[in-house]
Amino acid sequence: MLNTSDILETIQMIRQDCLDVRTITMGISLLDVAGGADSAGCISNRIYDKITQKAEHLVATGEQIEKEYGIPIIHKRVSVTPLSLVGGSLDQDGYVEIAKAMQRAADTTGVNFIGGFSTLVHKGIARGDAALMEAIPEALASTHNVCSSVNVGTTRAGINMDAVNICGNIIKQLAVLTEKQDCIGCAKFVVFSNVPEDNPFMAGAFHGVGEPECVINVGVSGPGVVRNAVEKHPDADLSQLADVIKKTAFKVTRMGQLVATEASKRLQVPFGIVDLSLAPTPAVGDSVAHILEGMGVERCGAPGTTAALAMLNDAVKKGGAMASSHVGGLSGAFIPISEDQGMIDAVNCGALSLEKLEAMTCVCSVGLDMIVIPGDIPVTTIAGIIADEAAIGMINNKTTAVRLIPAIGKKVGDMVEFGGLLGYAPVMAVNSFSSKKFVLRGGRIPAPIHSLRN
Amino acid sequence: MKAVVTVTGKDNVGIIAKVSVACAEKGANILDIAQSVLGDYFAMIMLVDVNYLDIPFVDFVDVLTALGNQHNLRIDTMHEDIFNSMHRI
Repeated sequence: MLNTSDILETIQMIRQDCLDVRTITMGISLLDVAGGADSAGCISNRIYDKITQKAEHLVATGEQIEKEYGIPIIHKRVSVTPLSLVGGSLDQDGYVEIAKAMQRAADTTGVNFIGGFSTLVHKGIARGDAALMEAIPEALASTHNVCSSVNVGTTRAGINMDAVNICGNIIKQLAVLTEKQDCIGCAKFVVFSNVPEDNPFMAGAFHGVGEPECVINVGVSGPGVVRNAVEKHPDADLSQLADVIKKTAFKVTRMGQLVATEASKRLQVPFGIVDLSLAPTPAVGDSVAHILEGMGVERCGAPGTTAALAMLNDAVKKGGAMASSHVGGLSGAFIPISEDQGMIDAVNCGALSLEKLEAMTCVCSVGLDMIVIPGDIPVTTIAGIIADEAAIGMINNKTTAVRLIPAIGKKVGDMVEFGGLLGYAPVMAVNSFSSKKFVLRGGRIPAPIHSLRN
Repeated sequence: MKAVVTVTGKDNVGIIAKVSVACAEKGANILDIAQSVLGDYFAMIMLVDVNYLDIPFVDFVDVLTALGNQHNLRIDTMHEDIFNSMHRI
């Protein structure tokens, strides 16, 4: 029979330490329903039909696995081919209509989020890309569960600063259009550098062009479990602590792998990847910041935080890589503000600043995430923040992203409430000196020399 | 298919009997039991064969959860593979 202490450990991880599978995300290719010269209505119908057909049993299957294995599966999601590749000759209004069709598909299938209202413009902006980007503010403001992303840079192509400026504008417009809902539109839009094609996490999930017809990707969670393991070893040195984290990450990922394999089998859809990211929630005990504090920094943001995070992130990957047959997506510790109670507390007590967060993003995924800034911040400053983060990704050959929420009418220290997994966050201070002249130069920041690998 | 039933809570008379009866009524064959009482805290782990259940497994999970709620116990019924995959290489 199974070891009693192993069984009780698993039960404790789930009941007390908030262990869960964050998401089963079904990636669906829409390349075969792409538009050409068809009308928006025609393309929308084909997109709706394909998503609802492929994802028909996704939610029910997820719920069944949840029940049988006793593992909470928080979200069931869908990601689709970046829509700029599907929209054909559509204009801005046409893309908004497609976003509404995606929302209807989400309603019909019961999924929590649908991602892929996306485009990749790291080297330049094609006609369809421009139309889609123009449509993003209205598309996200007029839907609830549709998520959008834009890739503005890669290590191989450099950073498209024209796209960065457009994204700065999109973020501001989203904030204005959804002002009455605490600017929630911005929480559904993320700007990437080196975007992965198989990411199961929102808002950045889409189904890349190298992906199969349909695929199952799984994102695990488990900051609470890691924190508990770390806190049980208050006197361990960092070598020993890294081992503890690795072993814990292994167990968490094996659970994710099991769920992924089972979902893949039942839905008769190939298994893609398990994303190893530690994804926090606002629930008490489910915080990445608290792991870092458990490791020994007094508050997240104190000197030493970046080193602690680097070690944590690396140990999670080492443990997780052996537990899963295919690892992918973002696979790094997330450090969002609003979704992590420890981060919120650290900002409130003055321990954590935007600049420290930027430093932390150099050693983990996925960037400046769910950070609320004052609503009167100039668009060019938002573009400057995006450019900084994209540069970190480009130079370090890693994924970085920016999900900022300019809270219209709010000032530093005010609270903004999103609800659910998105949580709440205090408005953070932003450096008030201007980046206007730099970002408005436009053009492209050339790719770094280490892009020449061939 | 085998499932692991974990019962935890404050000790009182007849916990094993109640859970065993529920298993028998629904056609779950008990393969192994480990139980201990620490102070007044009760913990029991049962391995049951659920291949010949009269009802779907997910309903069996609900039956035991409800039984636990009635008697102030926490009963978790989970497919054994979750433990195998997490704790065995």
